[in-house]
Amino acid sequence: MRTGRARGIALNAVALLVFAVMVFPVYWMVSTAFKPGRDIFADTPVWFPIHATLSNFGDAIHRPHFWADVKNSLIIVSVVVAMSLVLAFLAALALAKFRFYGRKAFIILIIGVQMIPLNALIIPIYLVLSKAHQVDKLSGVIVTYLTFVLPFTIWTLRGFMLGIPRDLEEASQVDGTTRFGAFLRILLPLIGPGLVATSIFAFIQAWNEYIMAYVLLHDPSKQTLTVWLASFTGDRGTAWGPLMAGATLTALPVVIFFVAVQRKIAFGLTAGAVRG
Amino acid sequence: MSSRFSGSAAAVTETALPARRLRRSLGSRLASGAAPYLLILPACAVIGAVLGYPLFFMGRLSLQHYGLFQLIRHKGEWIGTRNYSHILHDGLFWHVVFRTLAFTAAAVSLTMVAGTLFALLLAQLGSKMRLLLTAGLIFVWAMPVVVAVAVWSWMTDFEFGVGNWLLTELHIGNFNHHDWFANTWSGWAIITLLVVWGAIPFVALMVYAGLTQVPQELVEAATSDGANPWQVFRDVTLPLLKPIFVILTSLSIIWDFQVFNQIWILLSGQPPPQYFTMSIYAFTTSFQQSEYGLGSAIALVMVAILLVVSFVYIRQMVKIGDAE
Repeated sequence: MRTGRARGIALNAVALLVFAVMVFPVYWMVSTAFKPGRDIFADTPVWFPIHATLSNFGDAIHRPHFWADVKNSLIIVSVVVAMSLVLAFLAALALAKFRFYGRKAFIILIIGVQMIPLNALIIPIYLVLSKAHQVDKLSGVIVTYLTFVLPFTIWTLRGFMLGIPRDLEEASQVDGTTRFGAFLRILLPLIGPGLVATSIFAFIQAWNEYIMAYVLLHDPSKQTLTVWLASFTGDRGTAWGPLMAGATLTALPVVIFFVAVQRKIAFGLTAGAVRG
Repeated sequence: MSSRFSGSAAAVTETALPARRLRRSLGSRLASGAAPYLLILPACAVIGAVLGYPLFFMGRLSLQHYGLFQLIRHKGEWIGTRNYSHILHDGLFWHVVFRTLAFTAAAVSLTMVAGTLFALLLAQLGSKMRLLLTAGLIFVWAMPVVVAVAVWSWMTDFEFGVGNWLLTELHIGNFNHHDWFANTWSGWAIITLLVVWGAIPFVALMVYAGLTQVPQELVEAATSDGANPWQVFRDVTLPLLKPIFVILTSLSIIWDFQVFNQIWILLSGQPPPQYFTMSIYAFTTSFQQSEYGLGSAIALVMVAILLVVSFVYIRQMVKIGDAE
């Protein structure tokens, strides 16, 4: 029994150490964001924000273009998510509920295009969009973001639709409803949580994107929040306090959403991979 | 076993309403035959326009000289395969290819080993400790890359970075005012740490999810036959989790091979050539030297290399996607 307990203590100690090392950068970001300058630029690090202040957040949001870039990010993300969701819903319905010639080719296409690196594609996309006078316009970025959000959304929604028991649909049809009626009454409420989770994940992907926006948007008032944050990072003699406050603000919506839906989405990726 | 939405609907009508079935069959069969194609049509059109066309355009670009002059005229100048022969004889290109491969190998093995160890640790913990560690991993996973880079550049700051202070305190050496990016090796060490740190949570939680599905009887049977924990892992767990490991390893290779943002932002958008990976080389050739044709050729070589890895991944995914 004693060796068992010693092992338990050792395991917990290792787990605590792993936790501390992994989470430290996140903690350091948040705690720096709340520290006054003299605690940030200290020869010996101040581990806790004992003199907590909100002034870094004030500095960050009053930096040029913060609010404009927040607005741009929100516009781009909402339009991309809405468009992807409608298109993906139809395609996922076909994949999950029909067997048809070419289905496998479509699946391969959907998975395959997600493997194409965006930073390679940006070269032709930039030239095509500049020819069409879509550089420095949000519409150009929106179209570009569909390249990675749409395939992902189709694949994830398909997973959610597969989870709906077929008996339910069939039962409603025996009762005499039309297929469309069955679809509205049975399928839509069941797929609801899946739609929410998928759109949140699409939101996160589009919100986090950097390279496309960096190349396509030059005017600082037309950029997105990630480009704003990265240009802030590049400054030499960086104002670390406001930067960490800005980083915290950029991460905040993502972290909240991510924690809410990660179980639903992430495990869909490998679900069914282990079958004993 | 009719697994088709339309098929089972037809079967129901068949027994209940034989007369109406005859009248309807041709029209409804045509409709249900066309339905899936109509449903995927909009998505296919958009994918073709936003992905297919740029890919085709990139292939064309790689056979053209497309510099600033051509950019203004929006028209490239055909030069056959000269871009490709140029990069094949370019010493820097081969350096970059090998560096990218070496970085990928290092980052992926570190990620997979650490992720698997963390997953095994999770499986051994009590429920409270497991919840704590899982929550921590999810927070790290949720960090946007751009945010993570900002934090790491702060932690490795040469003046007030907590990293230099800690290493000096631990008497590993005098790291006072140590600039991590002055030396290529230590610079790459930071980049690798940052990438691996961000990638571990996904691998750890996926492997852990797989571990919970391993039948406990198998583990007990092996243990009672005298297998030690390592043998259990090697002979029971590993074969069962092989599909997950194939997927995670190929995904990690695909992601790490095209690493861009971390290096680009850490080095303020001006990485010197010793920090080039293939995607950075293609990017700077295009957007800083305005050699879009040459950049496209480099990018296409990168896509071709990735295609080989993707093949393994896609095959595994199609197996799963078709299994249902």
